[in-house]
Amino acid sequence: MIHVDNIHKSFGDVRAVRGVSFEAPDGKITGLLGPNGAGKSTTLRVLYTVLKPDEGKASIDGQDVVEQSLEARRRTGALPHGAGLYPHLTARENIAYYATLCGLPRDTVDEKVDSIIDLLEIREFADRRTKGFSQGQRTKVALARSLVHDPQNVILDEPSNGLDVMATRSLRDLILKLKDAGRCVLFSSHVMQEVAALCDDIVIIAAGQVAIDDSADGIRERTGCDDLEDAFVEAIRMVEPE
Amino acid sequence: MRTVITVLFKEILDNIRDRRTLVSALLLGPAFGPILFAFVINLSIEQSMSNVEKTLDVPVLGAEHAPNLVRYLESRNMNVTEAPASRAEVLDAVKLGTHDVVVIIPEIFGERLGDGVPARIEVVSDQANTTADREARRVRGALYGYNQQLAAIRLSARGVNPLVLRPLNIDDVDVSTPSGRSGILLGMMSYFFIFAMLMGGMYLAIDTTAGERERGSLEPLLALPVTRDKLMLGKITATSVFMALSLALSLVSFFVAIRFMPLQQLGMTPNFGPDVLVFAFLLLAPFILLGASIMTLVASFTKSYKEAQTWLSVVLLAPTLPILVVSLLTLRPRLEFMFIPSLSQHLLLVDMVKNEPLDPLHVGISVTSTLIIGGLLTWLCARLYRREGLLG
Repeated sequence: MIHVDNIHKSFGDVRAVRGVSFEAPDGKITGLLGPNGAGKSTTLRVLYTVLKPDEGKASIDGQDVVEQSLEARRRTGALPHGAGLYPHLTARENIAYYATLCGLPRDTVDEKVDSIIDLLEIREFADRRTKGFSQGQRTKVALARSLVHDPQNVILDEPSNGLDVMATRSLRDLILKLKDAGRCVLFSSHVMQEVAALCDDIVIIAAGQVAIDDSADGIRERTGCDDLEDAFVEAIRMVEPE
Repeated sequence: MRTVITVLFKEILDNIRDRRTLVSALLLGPAFGPILFAFVINLSIEQSMSNVEKTLDVPVLGAEHAPNLVRYLESRNMNVTEAPASRAEVLDAVKLGTHDVVVIIPEIFGERLGDGVPARIEVVSDQANTTADREARRVRGALYGYNQQLAAIRLSARGVNPLVLRPLNIDDVDVSTPSGRSGILLGMMSYFFIFAMLMGGMYLAIDTTAGERERGSLEPLLALPVTRDKLMLGKITATSVFMALSLALSLVSFFVAIRFMPLQQLGMTPNFGPDVLVFAFLLLAPFILLGASIMTLVASFTKSYKEAQTWLSVVLLAPTLPILVVSLLTLRPRLEFMFIPSLSQHLLLVDMVKNEPLDPLHVGISVTSTLIIGGLLTWLCARLYRREGLLG
C-alpha cells in the first residue's frame, strides 16, 4: 500500500509538485494521469526514494520514504521512465544483478530469475546481450529486474511509452496478473484510454496538484462528461494554474 | 559487503566485454610507455654514436692548399671530400642543406703559415640545424687541435717549452654511476606507470558514473534496497582492480622491453630486476585508490560520457605537474615532497632505479599520505552519491 500525504517538491524556481495526496491500496491498480510536466514523474521518484520531498510525507507499507527509505525500497519494485539496461550483459545477467543486489539468497537467484523470465515471456532472448534490443524487449527486461525480488508494491513510470500494440497488450496482462496476486500497482501515463481500461482508481494530476481522484465512472459523474477524454480535459481545468 | 562484491563483479564483467575499455586498460596504457621509451632511447643512442664513432664526411674547398691539415683531419676520423667549386656555391649548398658543414681553405693559406701570421680558415655551417651544429663543432674541435699542434711546434723551434701556453689543464670528472645516468632518462618512466594506471581505470570511472546516468540505468539502480555508499564503493573497487591490472601489465611490459634496449651503450645499467618490479608495484599501488576516486569524483560531476572524457584527460595530465616542476628545478628528494602524491612515487622510483638506498621514512610517508588522500576522496565520492542532483 502506498500513502502520499501533501508532498511538495521544487527544482529551483520550478514548483513541480504542490501538495499531492492520494492512496494506492493493495490488490488494486492506481493510475496517475496527467499532461506532460504535470508532476507525475516527480511524485513517483519521491515514492521510489531517489528524490526527497521538500514538504509532506509518503510511505510504502507504512515505511516512510525518507526516514526508512531502505525498508521502503525493499517493498517496492520501480520502473523509472526510460530505464536503461547494461548493454554488455545478457538479459538474464541484468536481472540476476538486481536479484543479487536485492539480497536474494545466492542459491535461489538462478531459480528466481528463471521464473521471472517465464512470467514476462522473455525466454527467447534471455541469453542475448541487451545491446540492440527493441524498446519492447528492453522494457520487459527492465520490468523483470524490478520485479525479481517479489515486491509488494510496483511503481511504473510511463511503462507503455514506445511500445507497440502487442507489447502494450502483454504489459497490460502482466499488470492484471500483479493485481490478482494482491499487489499494489501504481503507474503513470498520459494516455486516458490506457488508464481507463486498466485502473480501479485514477488520480489526475495537473500543474503539480491533484485535480480529481476517483474511479473512471466517478470521474465521468463529477465532471459531467460522458466521454473520458472530455472528462480529463475538464478535470485539468479545475486546477488553478500557479 | 556482499553488495560491494556484487557491484564489483558486475562492473568487471561488464567492462571486460567492452572492447574500448579493454584496449585502453590492457593494451594502450601498458604498451605506450615501453614503445615511446624504446623510441627515445634508440634515438639518443643513434645521436650520441654519430658524434664519436662514425666517420664524418667533410667537404673541403681548397684542400690542395693545405695537405698537412687534410692529413690531420683524416687522422681524426674525418673523410675529406670534394666541395662545391667556389665560395658562393659552398654558401648556397650549406644554406640548402646539401652539406651540413664545409671547410674553406684560401689559396694564400700556405703562404701565411710560412710567414707566421694567422692564416684564415672558414667553417661554413647552419647553426640553427642541431645535427649540423654538432658536426661543425667536431670540425672546429679538430681545427683547434691542429692549431695547438702548430703552435707547439713553433714554440719548440724557438726553444720555448710549449707548456707555457697551457697554464690550465681542465679535466671533466663525471661522478655519475652507470645506474645514476639511467636515472635521468628512466625518470620519465614513473609517469608512464601512473599514466597507464589512470588509463586502465578511466573508462570504468566514466562508465560507472556518467555512463550509467546517460544510459538511464542509474535511477533504477538507486531505487534498489541498497545504500548508495556501497554501490559507490563497489564501483571504485572495480576501477581500482582495472588500474592495478594495468599497472602490473605496464611494469611487466617495461621489464621485458628494457632487456631489448641497448642501454649499456649509453653507459646505463638501470636497476630493474624482478625484485624492483614487485617493489615498484607496491610503491605505486597506493596511488590506485587516489586515482580511482579522483576520476570517479570528476566523472560524477559531468553530465555526459563525452564531457567526462574531456575532463578526465585533464586528470590524466595532472600527475605530471609536480614531476615536471621538480625535474625542471632539478630538486633532490626531500621529506616534504613525500607528502605529494605522484611526486613521491616518482622520486622514490627514480632512486630505486638508480640503485640508491631508499629512506624507509620517505617510503612510509609516501604510502600513508597517498592512501589518506585517496581515502578522503573516496569518502567525498560517497557523500556526492547521496545528493539527488546526481541524477542530472
